[in-house]
Amino acid sequence: MSWWRPSHVGYAVRSKLADLGMGARLFVRLVGLFGTAMRRFGLVRDQVHFLGNYSLSIIAMSGLFVGFVLALQGYNVLQLYGSANSLGLVVTLGLVRELGPVVTALLFAGRAGTSLTAEIGLMRAGEQLSAMEMMAVDPVQRILAPRFWGGVIAMPLLAAVFSAVGVIGGWLVGVVLIGVDGGAFWGQMQSSVDVWKDVGNGVVKSVVFGVAVTFIAVLQGYMAKPTPEGVSRATTRTVVMASLTVLGLDFVLTALMFSI
Amino acid sequence: MQHSKNDIWVGLFVLLGGAALVFLALQSANLLQLNFRSGYVITARFDNIGGLKPKAAVRSAGVVVGRVQSISFDDKTYQARVALEIEKRYAFPKDSSLKILTSGLLGDQYIGIEPGAEEDNLADGSMVTNTQSAVVLENLIGQFLYGKAEQGAAPAGGGGKK
Repeated sequence: MSWWRPSHVGYAVRSKLADLGMGARLFVRLVGLFGTAMRRFGLVRDQVHFLGNYSLSIIAMSGLFVGFVLALQGYNVLQLYGSANSLGLVVTLGLVRELGPVVTALLFAGRAGTSLTAEIGLMRAGEQLSAMEMMAVDPVQRILAPRFWGGVIAMPLLAAVFSAVGVIGGWLVGVVLIGVDGGAFWGQMQSSVDVWKDVGNGVVKSVVFGVAVTFIAVLQGYMAKPTPEGVSRATTRTVVMASLTVLGLDFVLTALMFSI
Repeated sequence: MQHSKNDIWVGLFVLLGGAALVFLALQSANLLQLNFRSGYVITARFDNIGGLKPKAAVRSAGVVVGRVQSISFDDKTYQARVALEIEKRYAFPKDSSLKILTSGLLGDQYIGIEPGAEEDNLADGSMVTNTQSAVVLENLIGQFLYGKAEQGAAPAGGGGKK
């Protein structure tokens, strides 16, 4: 056992710092490539199609069921206090502020992040990225940037769809199934949900999560060891790191946005 | 730029996302009504606001006519200064009185506005002087217990005098 030796500690710290620096530089490059990516919008469009459209069904189904469950649970607790009329408010605030962005980001990491990591990691393993560099094509610009920006565009749209479908799901269970007064359901919601404070902050959250999840997926793919095992490890790491990052960021963002 | 068959699906996806946002903004947060809800601001001083919060409703005869805009502490009079935004279409006489009330036993606190009889109406920036503070449950219980103790002590005291 020699992990405590100064040389090992030094090596571990140095390689961690190097990874961090690589990641930060790649992030700055990807953000800087926004204009370039938008100029060749065809590439970004194909990624939005791949990451967004194909995730739509899982996001919409999850949103619907989360809305159902929120309405059922919310109704059970609220009717104890005789305030079942604020069910719409509870469901909407829960979805728009927290569950919409967070659950969408977690699903997005599982559905789209993994495929990004695996695709880029396999390109690395198959030396396609090296081949591009040989042909003086920058892989960061040609491969990573369109994927990154495609994910950043798709994620807030998916979160909005999730929240909207969830609200409709809550309405279906609350009003149609249980029989809460429909006017009170929408009225209480409309009097207390604020466009900028609640809906707007939810959108800000989903943009931040989109950047975080897509960047982690792209980075893990790019840094993956060029072996089958390396790619599989990178894919696993994408899900673990993206999920933890989303949950951690969510706490920080909530503390910043909703504490007085 | 050449077109591809993905164009239409990506377009539909983006439109769907936009529609979801618009739905959330209009249906849940009622953006349109918020924009029209502009009104005049009146201020009032209360000895104790209890649990009143900004954005609480201002009601007259049970109908919401405005919202509490801000609450601050005035260290000259040691009172709470509450700014209320009343909707433009409602006018109240100058001598209207304000009360802090509670909806239900454990519900939120709101401000009830009771119209007075004067002909001039409250305008932007006017000050309402006739206010009644929130009922603080602890004070109420304290008074009740004190009253009970007085009642209990009175006959005993009377007996002592005899």
